[in-house]
Amino acid sequence: MSAHRLTGDTLHVFRGERHVLRGLSFAAESGQYLEVSGANGAGKTSLLRTIVGLVQAESGSVEWNGRNIHADSRAYHAQLAWLGHDSPLKGDLSAIENLHYGTGIRRPVDAAAIDLALEEVDASRFADRPVRTLSAGQRRRVALAGVLLAAAPLWVLDEPATHLDAAGHALVGHLVERRIETGGIVIAAVHAPLPVQEAHTRRLGLSTK
Amino acid sequence: MTGAWSAARLVVERDLRLAFRNRAQLLHPLLFFAIVTTLFPLALSPEASRLRDVAPGVLWVAALLSSLLAIEFLFRDDAQDGTLEQYALSGQSLTWLLFAKTVSHWLLAGLPLALMSPVAAYGLGVPTSAVPGIVASVALGTVALSLLGAVTAGLTIGIRRGGALLSLLTLPLAVPLLIFGAQATARAIAGSGIAGPMYFLAAFTVLGITLAPLAAAAAVRISLE
Repeated sequence: MSAHRLTGDTLHVFRGERHVLRGLSFAAESGQYLEVSGANGAGKTSLLRTIVGLVQAESGSVEWNGRNIHADSRAYHAQLAWLGHDSPLKGDLSAIENLHYGTGIRRPVDAAAIDLALEEVDASRFADRPVRTLSAGQRRRVALAGVLLAAAPLWVLDEPATHLDAAGHALVGHLVERRIETGGIVIAAVHAPLPVQEAHTRRLGLSTK
Repeated sequence: MTGAWSAARLVVERDLRLAFRNRAQLLHPLLFFAIVTTLFPLALSPEASRLRDVAPGVLWVAALLSSLLAIEFLFRDDAQDGTLEQYALSGQSLTWLLFAKTVSHWLLAGLPLALMSPVAAYGLGVPTSAVPGIVASVALGTVALSLLGAVTAGLTIGIRRGGALLSLLTLPLAVPLLIFGAQATARAIAGSGIAGPMYFLAAFTVLGITLAPLAAAAAVRISLE
């Protein structure tokens, strides 16, 4: 198990005319959970999108294991599981089909692995139904199963517990805990803190200026 | 890590499966093509010789406009539900995945159009001897159109109500395809060789295969930011 390290160095990010992140730095390494919090519009999503490489920082850099993430972005992305604000699922496909295609383009998965992941997020009951007929919380669970299946050391999650009930909130905390215990790094933007051991948690508060 | 071919196969398979679960989206452009081509005999005159003269133009303008309807859907759903983001962050080449998407788009929009063109041609009084040439030219022309559409659709996904802009971007660039496609069809009807215009269509297709996926990937990355 190799140790990983993700760092951000004096990031400046603009969204249109707005200077959202002003010289933000952070660091996280294997076994750590970085919790990003802040009011609406404080730049949580912009930060996460910069970390995964969807948004280019105006200046400053994000480095994965000491290398700029844009230097070899495909190798970086292969080690990264991203869950955006919306669950990336097709309404006309079932949960199983969604995961088969969604994860399949990253790494080969068999039906047993998909079933197991769906069980872990307590989504087996509705695994065969078209995702269109599921509630937002149920869809979120299926999307989380996709994050598990990616088997990536780095998770970047934008409000992972959104739409989830109390049990789901605890479940996300449990999944994060397990990922970091096995040498992963999790970065999540949240409004309500996830139940993760204080010793593993580092906090990053963003403020609107 | 999934190999490039399996990844492409999964992208195509997913698009085909989705299309067959939601057939209306698939059928609209085809119905549009069928209706436009049948309106002309009604509006002009049912005289066969006259219709035959306008048939190449009618077929190709209808094919172009109905492709344009289909291009709007090329990336729209994937952009809205975050699938494109997942493609961009999958560790696979985005260029390659978008090329696969373009292939599935052609299978769902271009190929059916080529297969339907004999029916439309028959309605326009075109002799049956011209049918193979027409099918071939529409099939080849729509490949180039799908590739061109991938670039313009990629550029407009971030824009709300991008439909009009998409037409404005795509149509001028599609003019060469219209000219050579209609030329191939006209020559097929006249019974002379269609090789010349077909070579031009093939050249545009090869150019499209070479450059369009790269441009589409760059456009999608900008739109995702």
